[in-house]
This record gives sequence, C-alpha cells and structure tokens, in this order.
Amino acid sequence: MLDFPRSKIIAIVGVLVALMLLAVPSFFPERITNSWPAHPRVSLGLDLAGGSRLLLEADVNALIAQRLETMHDQIAGGMDKASPKIAIGDISVADGQLSFMVRDPGQIDAAREVLNNLTQGVGLTGQRDWDISVINSTNFVVKPTQAGIDQAVKVAMSAAQSVIAKRIPGFGTKEPTIVAEGASRIAVEVPGLQNPQALKEALGKTAKLEFKMVADSVVQPGQALPLGTQLLPYAEGGKGATLLVKRRAILTGGDLASASAGKKQEDNRDIVNFSFNSEGGKTFAKITQDNVGKRFAVVLDGVIISAPTINTPILGGSGYIEGSFTAESANTLAVELNSGALPIDLKVVEERTIGPGLGAESIRAGITASIIAVVAVMLFMFVTYGRFGLYANLAVIINVVIIIGVMALLGSALTLPGIAGFVLTIGTAVDANVLINERIREERRRGRNVVQAVELGYKEASRTIFEANVTHAISGVIMFIMGGNGPIRGFAVVLLLGICTSVFTAVVFTRMLVALWIRRNRPSDINI
Amino acid sequence: MRLLKIVPDNTNIGFVSLRGWAFGLTLLLSIAALGVTFARGLNLGVDFVGGIMIEEKFTSAPDADKVRVLIERLGVGAASLQAIDDGKSMSIRLPRPESSDPAATNIVVNKVQAALSQAFPGATLSKQDAVSGKVSGELLWKGGLAVALAILGIGLFAIFRFEWQFGVSTVVAIVHDLLMTLGFFAITRFEVDLTIVAAVLTIIGYSINDKIVIDDRIRENMRRYRKMEMPGIIDLSVNETLPRTVMTSLTILLALIAMLIFGGHVLRGFTAAMILGIIVGTYSSIYVSSSLLITLGLRADPKAEGDAPAAKRGDRMSYKDVP
Repeated sequence: MLDFPRSKIIAIVGVLVALMLLAVPSFFPERITNSWPAHPRVSLGLDLAGGSRLLLEADVNALIAQRLETMHDQIAGGMDKASPKIAIGDISVADGQLSFMVRDPGQIDAAREVLNNLTQGVGLTGQRDWDISVINSTNFVVKPTQAGIDQAVKVAMSAAQSVIAKRIPGFGTKEPTIVAEGASRIAVEVPGLQNPQALKEALGKTAKLEFKMVADSVVQPGQALPLGTQLLPYAEGGKGATLLVKRRAILTGGDLASASAGKKQEDNRDIVNFSFNSEGGKTFAKITQDNVGKRFAVVLDGVIISAPTINTPILGGSGYIEGSFTAESANTLAVELNSGALPIDLKVVEERTIGPGLGAESIRAGITASIIAVVAVMLFMFVTYGRFGLYANLAVIINVVIIIGVMALLGSALTLPGIAGFVLTIGTAVDANVLINERIREERRRGRNVVQAVELGYKEASRTIFEANVTHAISGVIMFIMGGNGPIRGFAVVLLLGICTSVFTAVVFTRMLVALWIRRNRPSDINI
Repeated sequence: MRLLKIVPDNTNIGFVSLRGWAFGLTLLLSIAALGVTFARGLNLGVDFVGGIMIEEKFTSAPDADKVRVLIERLGVGAASLQAIDDGKSMSIRLPRPESSDPAATNIVVNKVQAALSQAFPGATLSKQDAVSGKVSGELLWKGGLAVALAILGIGLFAIFRFEWQFGVSTVVAIVHDLLMTLGFFAITRFEVDLTIVAAVLTIIGYSINDKIVIDDRIRENMRRYRKMEMPGIIDLSVNETLPRTVMTSLTILLALIAMLIFGGHVLRGFTAAMILGIIVGTYSSIYVSSSLLITLGLRADPKAEGDAPAAKRGDRMSYKDVP
C-alpha cells in the first residue's frame, strides 16, 4: 500500500485538481467569469433564488372530446364532398365514440374509404389512431384508440410547451425552465418573479381566438338552432347575454402575424391591435368586402369579447379588438395571441412562490451553518486523530470543493436541502476516514508495526467502506429518481456526489498522504 | 500530544447479555411510537394534504389573535396560524378553495395579502405554497413508495452480500427507526412535508451504513474465530466497532446541530428528524440488528472456511518492503 509511484501520485493529484478547478468560477462574480473560456457555475434553486414554480396539468378529457368533435365535422364534410355524395344520418357522439348511419347500404365501402383517409397509423406497431367498426351492416362506430389518444396528447403537450415558452418572456422574467413531468403535466419555473398571478392567468388560458360571422337569424329560448350555428356568451352584452353565430370560424388566431396592446385614439380605451399574415389578410379583406353592414364576432376561448359591425371593407390586413380591457389585460391578451393558442387546456395544480428575502436569508443561514459545521468537525477530527485527522480534514475540504465543481458541470441547482446535504456530507465524509483510522488503532493495539497496521487498516476498512456506502447510495438514488425536479433532487445530488467523492478521497487520497509521510519519516510509532 | 479517545481501548460491554432488556424496551418504545402516531396523527403539510400555506414576514412580532380575526373576516376558510421562531414571521395555513377556477387560489392569497399589509404595514410575503388535492395525493403515495423501495432495496442488498439473517435484522432495525421518527413527529407536531421524506430516506441510508459496518465485522470475526460462539463474536464485533460507531455519529451530530441552530427555520423539521434518526439508528445498530442475528439463528457459514483468515494477511510486512 505504501507503493505510490510518481505517475500514480501525479494522476491522483491531477484528477483532484482538475475537479476542484471546476468549482472556481462559482466563487467569482459573473461579470468576471464571463470572459473566461469556460465558466460552469452552480445555479441556485428557486428556494434560494426566490421565484415561482407552477405545475400545469392538461385536461386530457377535453382534448378527447375536442378530437371527437373535429372527427364529427371531418366525417360530415368528407361524406358530403365524396363523389358520388354519401348520404349519412344519425351522426352523434356518445360515450366517447362517434356513430352514424349510411343511408344507402351500397355505399358502405365508399364510406369506409372516406373514413380510412381520415385516420392515420400511430407509431411502428401498425395501430391506427381511430378504430372503425360496422354494426348492423349500415351503422359505423368510430372510436379513438388509446395509442391515438396518447399520440394526440403528446403532440399537444409538446406544442403547449413551446407556446408557454413564447408566453413567459412577455412578462419580463428571465431564464424560465419549462419541463414536461409525466405525460400530461408541464412544470414551469421562473426565478425572480414576484407576483405570479398575471403569468399564471396567461398560462392557464387557452387563448383560442376565432373570428366568426354573426348569424342573421335570431332564436327564441327553447327554439332549435339553425343548422351550422351556435349560441355563445357575449361579454359586452351584459350578464347572461348570448349571441347566435355561425359555427365555422372564418379566421383564427393562427392567421395572425402579430398583436400588441395599444390605446384607441378617439376615446383612449385599451385595445389589442393585430395584423393578419398575408393569407389571413386576403381572406379578411374578401369577407369584409362581401359582408358590409353585417356583424362579425371576435371569440376568445368560447366567449365573444366584441361583435363589431363591418362598416367598410378592411383591406389593410390589420385591425383591433376592443372589449372591456385594462392596460394589463390588453397586454396579456397580446402576449397570448402572439404565442398562439394552447392546443390543450392547462390547469394550475401546484404553485410555489418563494420571496427573495426568505431565499437570501436561507443562503445566509445555510452558509453560516456549513462553516460552523466544518470548523467543529475538523477540530473534533484533529483532537481525535492528530496527523491522521488533519489528512481527513484536507479530504473534507477537497470533497466540498469538488461537489460544488461537479454540480456546476452538471448544471444541477443548489437548493436549501442541498445545503443541508453539504452539512451532512461534511459529517459523513469523515466517516470513511474514521473507519480507517479506528482500524489502524486496532491493528496497533494488536501489536502490529506501523506499516502493517496502516496497511491492514486501509485494506480491511476499504471493503467495509465500499459496502456501507453502496447501501447509503441506494437510498440516495431512490431519492434522486422519486424527487422530481424540486429541492429534494438537489439534496440527493449532493448526497450522491458526497458519497462518491468521500470514498475516493478517503481510500485513495488520504492513503497517499499517509504513505508519503511514512515513506519519508519511517516512524517507529504513530500517534493515532 | 495525547489524542482524544471517546471510547476507551479494550472496551468490552456485554451487549448480547443485555439484549432481553433491550428487546423489551425497544418493543415497548415502538408500540408507544405507533400508538402516539395513531392517536395524535401527523401534522401533514400542504404537500401531502393539499391546501394553501402562506408565510408572511412582519416588521415586528404580530399579535396572533389579530391576524386570526383578520383572516376569519375574509371568509376564505378556517386558518391555522403558527408563529415561526424568528418571532417576526408567521405561517398561515388555509384550505384550498373549492372552486375549480385556476385563479381561485390567487384570489385567496391576494385577499390575505392585502388584508395583512393594510393591518400590518411593511408585511411581506416570504413564501406561498398551493397544492391541489390530486397532486398532494400523488406526492404522499410517491413518498411512501420511495421509503418502501429504499427498505426493500437495502434489505435485498444485505441478503445478497451477507446471509439472509443480516437482511432480515437490518429491515427490522430500519422499521424500528421509522417508527421512532413517526412517533417523534406525532409528539413534536413538526410539519411533515416533502423534505421530511428526504430526511427519512437519509436516516434509512445512514442507519444501514452503520449496520453494514458492524455486520461486516461480524462476518470477518466469524471467519477469524471459528470456534467462538455467536454471542461472543457479536459482542466482540460490536465492541471493536464501537469507537467508529460513536465517533461517526458524533461528527454527524456536530454538523447537524450546527445546522439546527444556525440553519434557519425552513429546514428545522428536516434537521431535527435527521438528528433523531442518527441517535435512533445508532442505537438500533448496536441493539436491534446485531442482537437479532442470534435470535434468527446465524451460525458460522461453512462456505466461509475456504477463505484465508484475515488475520494472516500482511503478517510479514515490514520496512524492507517499503520502496
């Protein structure tokens, strides 16, 4: 064990120094390190930096219902356009499936052909996104498959993530983290944001903008609606007011090029200015030309926010939306419109906000506690093991620095439980050294000479250290996996890194220090 | 310089002969812990039962009754208040609003915030957690699962690396540690939140670490002294490793006590749980797990005889071998 050739010493010291260098940028202010070629630095978790975390959950059932509705429209349209036209009846959605009847049994095959074109394969298994079956030889049942639903949720969620990513910067926050959690959740973390309310409302809103023509007819309560129309709540018309509009949207939020909050010149009311993209602008121009004197409705998330009358054709491809806006809500809507509609409804199911005051206080307290812990443990080690305690102390310091460095490299955030992890690591890092030193003491008591005692001490203790730390690491790994992205994971990271580094420094590094010392001094007795 | 020796050389405590008493006491304490947990329940935080938790910092210590009356008047549900030890902060716990409106939570928080800052100028929000019932249910389930998986994984490792008796005794000892921790939380009313799950997992990890060290020594001594009876081997092993057990527990306790005193109030429950866990884990290593090995009928394994006795290794080492 005392055999440490120069090459091995260089390798050990080299590895430790390299790992320690990783921590250096974390100790300097950002403006200095920015000019360095590489500057990984430890970032602070929300609980230390202050900020908000929102967990958004998608309404999968609403998406399923929406898909059925879309399918309904597509089937009706598809059968209508087929040549020869396929007459269908009794088309309805119930119990999560869609059914309809083909009036002429001779057109069953043609109808199936239309349906097949509306469905797609999912993944590599050859499964399709909708399941089509025929009952009683004339009735079709179209049912979404689980694979199809999963696929739709996946697509919607990844689109939702990018919509959110576009919405957040509109609130002036920096470096948001947006990650999927499981199949139907998105976690959003925004450091530094003090009042998450506006953001929360913006993220929770679908912002599905539609332009629809107001229907010419008026229906009395209880009367059946004319084909292709729907009643929507009308915000401007007072409580409970509704307006009958055409079902089909002439334009949607997807046709917009941009939107911005502004003031109306005449009365200084808050409005949202928008401009269509070239395609949308042409459509809008045509529609306004053809419908002068009629009204159209601006529908946001199923509510009519305004229903202006077309006085003159609007040819410039831009316009504004008025409604009962405040400056803030106009800005929020503009941000939402710019980011596009969320393809799926999201609901906030968990929200955590930490003020910067508490975060700063936690950092201060954590650092104080860590320093006191380090000093106390080091003193204790020194009075117990003398020189061997000093070696262990050196190992503890190296451990702490390396953990910081590796965390910076991995981009793992330091959280408050993470600081506790450091304090705990300071305690456990000496454990490996304690095991070794106690073993050396024992072997000396058994009458072995210095070299034998040190040799056996390291050899026997190394096995114990390995086994004891594997079990310790098992609980750390479980914590890491189950801890989500929150503060607990920060703790698990520190704990696991601490286990690795403390075993390495104890078994390899302190052994080298002891070996070099013994080789140089050849003591006949050691004070341990 | 004379070095400190916390455990004197050649300590020889008859742990095994005391085990009858120890088992009795341990059993009694475990039942008591279980009883108090069932009787009083745990103070589960919003992480596990859902709801809203607001921590407000005031410029000077607020009058709790005044705060209570203020919040009651808002009609946002029954509030439970708790002063936080820096004296100026207070945590306010509210049920989650029943409305499914995503803004409902905000409305409650804003109402409380507005009322507080009006009645107590300078009051600021330090922290706010709002967790829905669905998420909290999942967190509770996940936390329980994590603890169960940790126990299972570690038990399997012990069985795989040692004999089955080690696995069983280790798991029994961990369950004991867990019961003590539960009892501690039931009595102190510390809030049980997500960080406590981390603390429990750490306690399990530490407690096992301690047991493995002793188990490892028992195994080594079983090979070295094949003629010795098990009680003698266990007493010897526990006594031999006692300095390390005590020393390590003390260093970790030193570090944790620093954290408890200076580390701020946010992690107080976490640190307290860990301190208790270290003490209980050390006790269970010495008494519960190693003494249980005898009850479980551990004997020197004939397979081990093929190994060279550890005592012979390195016997002829001397300075001549040093390069």
